[in-house]
Amino acid sequence: MAVKDYIRERFFPHLWCPGCGHGMVLNGMLQAVEKLGMSKNEIVMVSGIGCSARISGYVDFHTLHTIHGRALAFATGVKMSRPELNLIVPMGDGDALAIGGNHFIHAARRNIDITAIVMNNRIYGMTGGQFSPLSGPGIRATTAPFTNIDYSFDVVELAKAAGATFVARTTSYHVQQIADILRNAILHEGFSVVEILSQCPTYFGRKNKAGDAVDMVRWFKNNTTPIGSKAKQENPDLIERGIFVQTERPEYCSEYDKIVEIAERGN
Amino acid sequence: MSENKKFVQGNEACVEGALYAGLDFYAGYPITPSTEIAEILSYRLPRIGGKFIQMEDEIASLCAIIGASLTGRKVMTATSGPGFSLMQEALGYAVMAEIPCVIVDVQRGGPSTGIPTHGSQGDVNQARWGTHGDHAIIAMTASNHQDVFAVTVEAFNLAETYRTPVILLFDEVVGHMRERLVIPEPGVIPLVDRLRTSVKGGVDYHPYLPREDGRLPMSDFGGVHRYNVTGLFHDMWGFPSAEPRAVHGLLHHLVDKLENRTNLLARYKEYYLEDAEHLLLSYGSAARSARHVVENRRLRGEKLGLLELQTLWPFPENLVREKCAGAKSVIVVEQNMGQILREVKLVVDEPQKVFLANRIDGVFITPVDIMNIFRLIQGKGV
Repeated sequence: MAVKDYIRERFFPHLWCPGCGHGMVLNGMLQAVEKLGMSKNEIVMVSGIGCSARISGYVDFHTLHTIHGRALAFATGVKMSRPELNLIVPMGDGDALAIGGNHFIHAARRNIDITAIVMNNRIYGMTGGQFSPLSGPGIRATTAPFTNIDYSFDVVELAKAAGATFVARTTSYHVQQIADILRNAILHEGFSVVEILSQCPTYFGRKNKAGDAVDMVRWFKNNTTPIGSKAKQENPDLIERGIFVQTERPEYCSEYDKIVEIAERGN
Repeated sequence: MSENKKFVQGNEACVEGALYAGLDFYAGYPITPSTEIAEILSYRLPRIGGKFIQMEDEIASLCAIIGASLTGRKVMTATSGPGFSLMQEALGYAVMAEIPCVIVDVQRGGPSTGIPTHGSQGDVNQARWGTHGDHAIIAMTASNHQDVFAVTVEAFNLAETYRTPVILLFDEVVGHMRERLVIPEPGVIPLVDRLRTSVKGGVDYHPYLPREDGRLPMSDFGGVHRYNVTGLFHDMWGFPSAEPRAVHGLLHHLVDKLENRTNLLARYKEYYLEDAEHLLLSYGSAARSARHVVENRRLRGEKLGLLELQTLWPFPENLVREKCAGAKSVIVVEQNMGQILREVKLVVDEPQKVFLANRIDGVFITPVDIMNIFRLIQGKGV
């Protein structure tokens, strides 16, 4: 099936601003799904609220556009009920890690087989440019007019600590890597977290004099490096890209199947 | 004792009703005085191939059962006041997206942490208006375990029939009290199964286009129809729409599908109403003491009657108006500061004849409490 067969073409052009990185995430994700040759009927996409969440409207899967921060909780219900379905949950940075932070760590702890994507543009775009838990100190936002004093989460470290068994990071510049990593993440049996740095020229870029979309994407190119590269040793400020964790741990729904077996034996 | 006769807590009667109705997915978070429902289901559901999951909070619990309902399961969660507060956001989602689900609130005293191990009926208005925006809701209650069983089955049937969340407002007294429950044989109480679309795969399916009878056939997530579900105002395919006619039409649909059926949805019991001069109106555990008063006074030839409401929302206004019409006085017996009293005063012809007998100190209202109010109304003093 061609990539365009996975989208709901009548809703294009999409509502994201010119230069937004989220379209690149959509592109990479569809390539991953296409390479895996998955049937549209076996994919459920669950999203929350925000710019990122609107991605679910554009794909021709079973799509559940939910409430702010709760996408993983809805997805857990779908997956637990029908473990044979593939769950993809794209979230924004505020969606996943501010209001949704609790659901995020508990989904990771359970190791339930869901692919969580954090589309991290370090800002609340839909509401007009407020700082998020991934903005970091020194950033300007409409709610940080004198610069932000909030330290940010490191999505990779947080996901690892919470128990995610697949953890990766890439950027909107590296679309091929988005496709490769998501393909692996979807195939992985367990909770997968993929952070994708995405540019918001409209709010983050303008508030922080980061230039236009091209400048911001170039920044991703110049300030990231493959995990363990020599460049990283020379310049510790570089952000690492790639797969940080890929381990095996019993998956939640499979473990519950064992509980069902024990319970049924007791009858 | 035959197998289908049990001596159980009200919470267990609720579980039995839910399983009888076909519950096969439960998500919840521990909270007094509802916890037994989760405990029992964690044992019972996997034995029948169902699923139980303990979530990280009540928000996630309701979200999870909504997700599971979309895959075709009959779902429920249970909580008490503080957890019910947390569920209001997802409750509104279930209303908007028209997801069948059952939410049990075993009420305790509030506000806030309140008085966790004591009974109350303080969540009546929260059940009606807790989530934001205009909407309609079904909320039901019961005063004894046989009725807890029956209204729980009914809650699942109504949730499926109208594609709506249904709230069961039990309380600590009924939840923790033990009494006899007779579980009917399968088939004795009719069950409403999920209405699924007959539209074939590849043919345009409209998840939000009501049939002539107002019902909306569903298609399970994972099936042949891929569609969108959202908490935004949406069109008949489930895609977001801010088109004024779509917004107006959907809000009316959500409200009218229940409010226009208020009489049909009214469940109630009545005792000695035919010739009653004074009418007690009650519901839930408080109705037990009210019934005691009525039966006791009848022995002395006093013409008291009881109207026991089981459907609280939509408020059965025609029923209440008619039943109260001839009474010299109406005494609303409830364990809050007059949440149903207000509704009764709004709908009866002579609101000045409506009085409140309540108790809000965490102690179960007694027949003596009710009699004291009755004597005051009659000018007899306590």
